[in-house]
Amino acid sequence: MEIKVLGPGCPKCHEAEKRVREVVAELGADATVAKVSDFQEIARMGVFSTPAVAIDGEVKCVGKVPSKAEIAAWINA
Amino acid sequence: MNDLRELRIDSMGGGMPGPGATPAPPAPDKGAGEAGQAGMARILALGIAALALWIAVYTHLEAWADAATYGLLGLERGSAFAAALAFFLYDGPKVLLLLTLVVFGVGIIRSFFTAARARRLLAGRGEAVGNVLAALLGIVTPFCSCSAVPLFVGFVTAGVPLGVTFSFLVSAPMVNEVALVLLYGLMGWKVAGLYLLTGLLVAMVSGWVIGRLKMEGHLEEWVRLIHAGQDQPEVEPGWPGRVRAGLEAVRDIVGRTWPWVLAGIAVGAGIHGYVPEGFMASIMGRDAWWSVLAAVALGVPMYSNAAGIIPVVHALLEKGAALGTVLAFMMSVIALSLPETIILRKVLKPRLLFTFVGVVSLGILLVGYLFNLIL
Repeated sequence: MEIKVLGPGCPKCHEAEKRVREVVAELGADATVAKVSDFQEIARMGVFSTPAVAIDGEVKCVGKVPSKAEIAAWINA
Repeated sequence: MNDLRELRIDSMGGGMPGPGATPAPPAPDKGAGEAGQAGMARILALGIAALALWIAVYTHLEAWADAATYGLLGLERGSAFAAALAFFLYDGPKVLLLLTLVVFGVGIIRSFFTAARARRLLAGRGEAVGNVLAALLGIVTPFCSCSAVPLFVGFVTAGVPLGVTFSFLVSAPMVNEVALVLLYGLMGWKVAGLYLLTGLLVAMVSGWVIGRLKMEGHLEEWVRLIHAGQDQPEVEPGWPGRVRAGLEAVRDIVGRTWPWVLAGIAVGAGIHGYVPEGFMASIMGRDAWWSVLAAVALGVPMYSNAAGIIPVVHALLEKGAALGTVLAFMMSVIALSLPETIILRKVLKPRLLFTFVGVVSLGILLVGYLFNLIL
């Protein structure tokens, strides 16, 4: 599973990345977490409000830091 | 039930390290996970109770601050230190209380608006109407300045006119709930109203002017070539979700800005107590014609949030600075900043970037002179 956290590098984006990494560690999920901060790549994914989280190319949430419960639900889905 | 527990942990997790004097009004509404009539009634009852408590505390603050300064600590009335302390003890909790209530309310309002919805509303809209609508949407759409570039690309590729996009981009950071609460709490509703109206006006007009200049050719190539993906399907959060969004906004915004607010008020309190009356009149008064220009030149590259800058500005105003000068300074600090300009360079070629900064600065400058002239 490939999880991408999209955001240029503001505090909220860092918070989102941190939470995703924590949830992956807590669940012991087999997933790679990558931070995408290139604007062109972000735009190409159809995201224009950051931070956003995408799992295997599918955008799960935009414009907010998701809660841990939400992240866990996406990973387990 | 499990869902409810998680929600509770999540909402409490980061914690709001606010001072004891801030009984966050919406705090008891944690049971938002339950839908249906009973859940709704509970949310409502807790909300009303919290609001009553909020009002009770808010209306007694001044008396308490006075009692603490002159009664409890036995300071002498009229001394500079006592004046500064009483000011801080009153204004600090007052502004934090106002901020908590308003951020909660705005959090709920914002759950009705998303950047995607704003984009749909603005796409293909004609210019003048589009500029007005964009500036208004800028107030209620959740926006963080680091989203400026993705948002810009998203708007332009969806067919939102360039000038309309700029109206949104100016209004979103400038006219925000934190600024309005602080202005209302420290300087009254007239100043807050003036800021709201002139802020919107600057956003509408500068966007419209940029649109007239037909500078679409000055976007970076990749913006024009890119095929932005489709909108994500949106889920309507429902009322429990909206209340939760309000609580999250409180935790996020109040939790992040309270040290700034208190620091700003402390500086303001110092100026209130120690700087003599009328001191600022000579350098920031309305007779100093260059002061608006200097205020904007200083404010444009500066990067601060409303929370840090407004209490300072309030104290300057109190000591004789002219309202127009102060408004212009505040707007230029909040609306434009060096970091944002650098980040926008990724999508705007230099000429368009300079035009954007220039037109917005000019608008702010005019607002400053206008108020110094008529007030």
